[in-house]
Amino acid sequence: MVNTGDTAWILTSAALVLLMTPGLALFYGGMVRAKSVLNMMMMSFGALALISVLWVLYGYSFAFGDDVGFGLLGDPTEFFGLAGLMEDVTTEEGGLPAMAFVGFQAVFAIITVALISGAIADRAKFGSWMVFAGIWATVVYFPVAHWVFDFTLTDDDGVVTHTGGWIANELAAIDFAGGTAVHINAGAAGLALALVLGKRRGFGRDAMRPHNLPLVMIGAGLLWFGWFGFNAGSALAANNTAAVAWVNTLVATGAATLAWLLVEKMRDGHSTSLGGASGVVAGLVAITPACSAVSPIGAIVIGAVAGALCALAVGLKFKLGYDDSLDVVGVHLVGGLVGTILVGFVGTAAAPAGVDGLFYGGGVDQLWRQVVGALAVLAYSFVLTLVIGFLIQKTIGFRLTEEDEITGIDTVVHAESGYDFASLGGGGSTAPLAGQARAEARNTEGSRA
Amino acid sequence: MKLVTAIVKPFKLDDVKNALELIGIAGLTVSEVQGFGRQRGHTEVYRGAEYQVDFVPKVRIEVVVGEIEAARVVDAIVEAASTGQIGDGKVWVTTIDEIVRVRTGERGADAL
Repeated sequence: MVNTGDTAWILTSAALVLLMTPGLALFYGGMVRAKSVLNMMMMSFGALALISVLWVLYGYSFAFGDDVGFGLLGDPTEFFGLAGLMEDVTTEEGGLPAMAFVGFQAVFAIITVALISGAIADRAKFGSWMVFAGIWATVVYFPVAHWVFDFTLTDDDGVVTHTGGWIANELAAIDFAGGTAVHINAGAAGLALALVLGKRRGFGRDAMRPHNLPLVMIGAGLLWFGWFGFNAGSALAANNTAAVAWVNTLVATGAATLAWLLVEKMRDGHSTSLGGASGVVAGLVAITPACSAVSPIGAIVIGAVAGALCALAVGLKFKLGYDDSLDVVGVHLVGGLVGTILVGFVGTAAAPAGVDGLFYGGGVDQLWRQVVGALAVLAYSFVLTLVIGFLIQKTIGFRLTEEDEITGIDTVVHAESGYDFASLGGGGSTAPLAGQARAEARNTEGSRA
Repeated sequence: MKLVTAIVKPFKLDDVKNALELIGIAGLTVSEVQGFGRQRGHTEVYRGAEYQVDFVPKVRIEVVVGEIEAARVVDAIVEAASTGQIGDGKVWVTTIDEIVRVRTGERGADAL
């Protein structure tokens, strides 16, 4: 039986999560220089387009097909092309149509890929990015989603009807909405890809200031809004777990933003708008794995720790010399690690997940599971991304030429510019028809002469 | 004829314009410019990374006047634009060879 309330909430949540990717495009787009805003946004939109198709073709089956062995990968043939899912079947978890779950999980795959693009701003060929996105989703995200999100199911007699992934079942690490599968995964990939592509010309020397902070603020706001679908929707039902996740998502984000602004005020003398927007995202990232496992007070702790640590971590790239342009590592990898590991400390049996962490008398049993889950995804994603990145670099090339990079990727790669500030005449450009007329006039004059 | 060019702090533009109108100046040209002098630039901080911004925004005012009025114009601008702080700007005077009013074709002092 389809539960209409649950179905309505999950379809709504899926749409909320979809909006996060355009939100991310704004968040990232405002942070780059004016000459690469379109390319930055297009990397997100490219991921939206490509991953939605791959997900339907075989991605869902990779992630949620019956396990083919050791909890590493779903059976790619079981749901190829979403075969058999169009009939009115509910998921084995309960009252959702299978297609609602397919749609909800699709938008997670999309945003995870899009997140990586922040590490390689201004300098990646668009075609190569699209090739990377497809390969990365296939060999990294789809399997990791299986590890983390695919739960083993049994029927009323205790017979296993579906075998899931190893992190969710054998290890039993708690990752409610994707601290490992989404954020540690994307963060580690961002680090690897930043290393493969190398620094932007002038990194650390030239001022690479965000060109439009209001866009960044709008983007952060849309991310926060969409994240309620991401976290509360991950309850896969319209129930108490969803409500707890919702409140924890609110309060952890507030605490993280306060912490980031406080660190800035003490260290730099100014609380900045970019810091505010970044604190929002750091808090959202950190509470993602934890929002069903902690009390609202625990959520405040996680948010505050993540906000402060991420604010400090974004400076590492200058010290260590890797150009993670928009701080995918500093925010998503570090924030993901903070949230995933802190579940082992501040998790409480009173929360829906029902597991006590170290500070609630649960000992280190959950803590080690959290650490193993986090490190496994980190290592897998980092190594595989290095390999994929180098292969693309050596074959079709990944990085723009120096001249193209300095000229600006928007005009070179997309033949567009983000802004037309000139108000005089046509701003120095000519409309196609007018241009043709002028050329004809010139020819007529020429023939007369 | 003289061209008086002044670089002043943007917030002083209205004061300078009013002062010039008071001494009967009929027209001027304004542009937003950037540069640096003794004031140098300023620092901005993004995610903890400090950037030195070398160029400070200024306003450039240009007035074309007759030989005799030039000194009064310079005095009026200096008085109106002065705050006593570093970064108040500069005023200089150059000689103009010719000036034409586009609409009528008048030349020289008649074109002012």
